[in-house]
Amino acid sequence: MPDTLLFAMEATLNGLTAGVMYALVALGFVLIFKASGIFNFAQGVMALFAALTLVGFQSGQIPFSHLINAMFGTRLHHFGWNMPTLLAIPATVVVMILLAILVERFILKHLVNQEPIILFMATIGLAYFLEGVGDIMWGAEVKALDVGLPKGMSMAVDEMTFNWFGYGFYIDRLELWAAGIAAILVASLTIFSQYTKQGRALRAVADDHQAALSVGVSLRFIWVLTWSIAGIVALVAGIMWGSKSGVQFSLSLIALKALPVLILGGFTSIPGAIVGGLIIGVGEKLFDFFMQPIIGGATENWFAYMLALVFLLFRPQGLFGERIIERV
Amino acid sequence: MLDASPTQNTLLEVNNIEVLYNHVILALKGVSLGVPKGGITALLGGNGAGKSTTLKAISNLIHSERGEVTKGTVIYDGQNVVGLDPADLVKMGVVQVMEGRHCFEHLTVEENLLTGAYTRRDGRAAIADDLELVYQYFPRLKERRKSQAGYTSGGEQQMTAIGRALMSKPSMILLDEPSMGLAPQLVEQIFEIVARLNSEQGVTFLLAEQNTNVALRYAHTGFILENGRIVMEGSAKDLRENPDVKEFYLGMSDKGRKSFREVRSYRRRKRWLA
Repeated sequence: MPDTLLFAMEATLNGLTAGVMYALVALGFVLIFKASGIFNFAQGVMALFAALTLVGFQSGQIPFSHLINAMFGTRLHHFGWNMPTLLAIPATVVVMILLAILVERFILKHLVNQEPIILFMATIGLAYFLEGVGDIMWGAEVKALDVGLPKGMSMAVDEMTFNWFGYGFYIDRLELWAAGIAAILVASLTIFSQYTKQGRALRAVADDHQAALSVGVSLRFIWVLTWSIAGIVALVAGIMWGSKSGVQFSLSLIALKALPVLILGGFTSIPGAIVGGLIIGVGEKLFDFFMQPIIGGATENWFAYMLALVFLLFRPQGLFGERIIERV
Repeated sequence: MLDASPTQNTLLEVNNIEVLYNHVILALKGVSLGVPKGGITALLGGNGAGKSTTLKAISNLIHSERGEVTKGTVIYDGQNVVGLDPADLVKMGVVQVMEGRHCFEHLTVEENLLTGAYTRRDGRAAIADDLELVYQYFPRLKERRKSQAGYTSGGEQQMTAIGRALMSKPSMILLDEPSMGLAPQLVEQIFEIVARLNSEQGVTFLLAEQNTNVALRYAHTGFILENGRIVMEGSAKDLRENPDVKEFYLGMSDKGRKSFREVRSYRRRKRWLA
């Protein structure tokens, strides 16, 4: 088999796994957008906040210790007890649910019936607020996140492909795990929204919130529910990205990569977010692979946005965006 | 159909309510009405008279449109329900079918109906029984149960909306303009089912209608709203035979076209009534 083809295949595989990571972030956006028509600017920061909290719990840090020390002259830093990962993850989930309740209580409740743009602006505020709170709570330094997921080259893939093609592909094991976890996440979300009462109510609210109100669905509860789910998805994204590149402020910028994914897949479609992520991931890697000799490197930085632009021109609702049903 | 005098119990009593939209627009200027238990009561009037606002003030959906009840009380089953959550009212047995049907477009017809049972806590079996009951009243919905509601016809959507309301096991349905945008034959069919639900299931109806003719044929009592005020009330039979109603709402007159002066005298009389 010619080398170019082999390299292209490896690039494609790498693109697929990278795409899953993008999709994980995009998923959180879709959930909130679908249920409440809000583009949640804070989704990236939520992932950062979740990862920070998780690391904080794991390393037994005392929240707000810097603030407490500065105010009272104490020297508190650690509880002296490191929470095991299996406990720290549920604890972080609880924190994300609390966050959802607070968001509903202090922001959404007061902005009922406002224009989407006002709610969007509120989420920008929330993003900055959360970023600040994350800093004060857990400190601003870069932290390593390790939840016990395997990292590094996957030997199995390497061996298998070597036996087949005489050339071993390099695939990061972490990204393989991410793909598996994303699959489980999407499957459970689908089951939840299709087959449970609350899931049905969630879709009902997404379709027509007034009608949902009229049959007795509590919008406030549904909002807390969606933001909680989005928080949990943010936690998963935060774990994956945090394990990959450390927990630091730049983690919140992964939200930017989610934008082209959303434009491609459609803002309202969960499968769309996944497929969009995969297309962006593969597109990036292949474009870079074939165009690098011609126009030089670093195309990964802009390719996704270019693709999004083309999509905006020809198919603004995205590949899987919900068609607007219009009866004639 | 029946012109029997309303039963003595009043299920819902609206006392002199005022509704303000956006803090400035006064939509209802002191509306009072009583809905007898087990009856069909029609709320009639032209565009912008305040029919929908009255219904939404009762069901409290008005909050989601930035409106509020600034004066008066709404007593349902002996309890003041002004300011309650719509969900609370649904649990108490008052459910509204909104104007323009408002189906969940991307949900199937059956999912739409099941969403109506959201507030119920009496188990799947009871809900499944009621689903069958709804299908009995609306056999058409059973045929279309797996289609997305957004792709069904206007009549089917109206049936879905009424069926969805029924799924909450209501004692009272606030029905807002069921005839809107439907062919006369379908309107007749829908009203026929409303009358059956009323007599067979004992559901009390308060329905807002522009189609005075149909509404007064099926209702037992009626109220006429104009400019946010009740201008006339009575049994459906009396209203049907009232010369003013005949002329202004039913378009019937034995004297031919009236002169402008007489119209003015009618208006004066109305003001006096208000």
